[in-house]
Amino acid sequence: MPTTSFRGVDYLLIETLFSEDERLIRQTARQFVDERVLPVIRDCYRDARFPQDLIPEMGRLGFYGANLEGYGCAGLSNVEYGLIMQELERGDSGLRSFVSVQGALVMYPILTFGSDAQKERWLPRLQSGEAVGCFGLTEPDFGSNPAGMRTTARRQGDTWILNGEKTWITNGTAADVAVVWARTDEGIAGFLVERGTPGFTTSDIHGKWSMRASVTSSLSFADCRISEADRLPAAKGLKAALACLTQARFGIAWGALGAAMDCYETARQYTVLRKQFDDRPIASHQLVQEKLACMITEITKGQLLAIHGGRLKDQGTLEPAHVSMLKRNNVAMALDVARLSRDLLGANGITDEYPIMRHLCNLETVKTYEGTDHIHALVIGERVTGIPAYR
Amino acid sequence: MNIVVCVKQTPARDSLLRVDAAGKWVSEDDLNFEINEPDAYALESGLQLKEQHGGEVTVLCAGPARAAQTIREALAKGADRAIHIAADHLGALDPLGLAKLMAAALRDEKPDLVLTGLQSDDLGYGQTGVILAELLGLPHATIIMQVEVEGGTLQVKRELEDGWFQHVAMPLPALLTIQSGISKLRYATLMGIKRAKTKPVRTVSAAELGDAATPVLEVARVYAPPRGKRTQLFDGDARESAARLVEKLRFEARVL
Repeated sequence: MPTTSFRGVDYLLIETLFSEDERLIRQTARQFVDERVLPVIRDCYRDARFPQDLIPEMGRLGFYGANLEGYGCAGLSNVEYGLIMQELERGDSGLRSFVSVQGALVMYPILTFGSDAQKERWLPRLQSGEAVGCFGLTEPDFGSNPAGMRTTARRQGDTWILNGEKTWITNGTAADVAVVWARTDEGIAGFLVERGTPGFTTSDIHGKWSMRASVTSSLSFADCRISEADRLPAAKGLKAALACLTQARFGIAWGALGAAMDCYETARQYTVLRKQFDDRPIASHQLVQEKLACMITEITKGQLLAIHGGRLKDQGTLEPAHVSMLKRNNVAMALDVARLSRDLLGANGITDEYPIMRHLCNLETVKTYEGTDHIHALVIGERVTGIPAYR
Repeated sequence: MNIVVCVKQTPARDSLLRVDAAGKWVSEDDLNFEINEPDAYALESGLQLKEQHGGEVTVLCAGPARAAQTIREALAKGADRAIHIAADHLGALDPLGLAKLMAAALRDEKPDLVLTGLQSDDLGYGQTGVILAELLGLPHATIIMQVEVEGGTLQVKRELEDGWFQHVAMPLPALLTIQSGISKLRYATLMGIKRAKTKPVRTVSAAELGDAATPVLEVARVYAPPRGKRTQLFDGDARESAARLVEKLRFEARVL
């Protein structure tokens, strides 16, 4: 075990809000990240590769679909699940994205909208990490406006013929199964497309300065024939796809806290040790303390938002417009904390000896994906005015 | 095989320690606690032996109410049940007093193997395990790095000094005190944490176990090592002074 394991960030006795189970679950995720992720993540990021060795181990620990019930899933509460996301993203946003996609965007729709045969076929393998999934909604010309999607599925007896392109798909080339959304005569529908299906090809997006330890791909469908048995029978319309995203966004609100905590804690320790001007730690300067005070205050507010949101979700009263506030606030907060932390480390802050620049670059993606900052602002704006302003 | 693993909850290793008001122990306010490190390896050894040979792992833990978290963690990792000796001030007991409580708690257990960490990270007596073996009438071996069970016999590897090891064959039942760092510790899985809630924990008070032993050993005072600077001047002949300086550097400061 490393001697300097992460002890958490807690200014306001937040710890008293957690149950014994919540602390134990966080401890498992925290130790896993300290011992298995942190030693390898810098090299993964440099080499632009996902730490694949960790996939089965995360399955054994129960990280995939951890807040779902049945099929080997742990059935955690939403705060317990959130704490796992927090710790994973303290490691790297790419790792949390992998687990988010697997659980919230692949297992959740199969569990919620799938047939019994689909659940039995896929959920145990996805839970254990034996199979990997991806979620195909975004298209080259339709990001914030998924309702405009051009991918189509045309029915021909018991078969669907899929045509179109999906892009910015996490885990696309790594996936054994893709949850793909397409326009049909009966509205938007979801399909399970298995790797190797004729007409289905994938390719990776290269040249990313963000999410380098994560696989990002494009999916292409050219007269790809899918059986009716592989359509998600209960997924009716775009709202089914959006329900998946609400699940994932909840996890992002927690994950962003983890990235912010790692940046803040790195900066705090650095400023206490780094000496300048008369051999005094830079933490003794007022401008430095103001930044630290600002960061810990914003992190604490983000923690309270996430915990309250998690408790509401457990009661079944958390609405998509609430999740928009959680995701938007916590990601923007984390990005600000990352930038302030980089500032406090001076030139050292730009190297990969420290995790800050990696988090900072990752968070630029997190700000955009799963509903951009702007779109979530418009969701909140619609909620408080009653006037939609998306166009 | 019925295995009992004795675990203790101790302050987390990188805690900032402050001496308490009475000067007899550390202040427990805002301390984090965790499983004593060598005990975590004892638990891992017990769980591995259970996986190889079947049977049951029972966790025995003495400590205040907060120790329930450590018990829960051991159950989450795969122990089957637990005995919690509710004792508020472990510091007030000496190793004999604590071992007596533990032996009394195990009276009806008939374990094949008792495992403890070789010492605790807080008091560090290194005695509780061996005294417990004596009270239970079991043979014991200390500082164990490897355990194998063949038939009714234990094959163990002990760590000696200077990189030497001793291989010992001993009969069962027995008690072993386990060294840290000998294996890779497992994580509590999320499913394990959920299952732990349903596993039986028997809580017994120290009084029920006949807690009457007057400690023969007492902590008189807890204090930080005093820091001091002393300057030594070497007078006289330069050659002689240099020789004395080299001697000091080599044998006292040990920097040469």
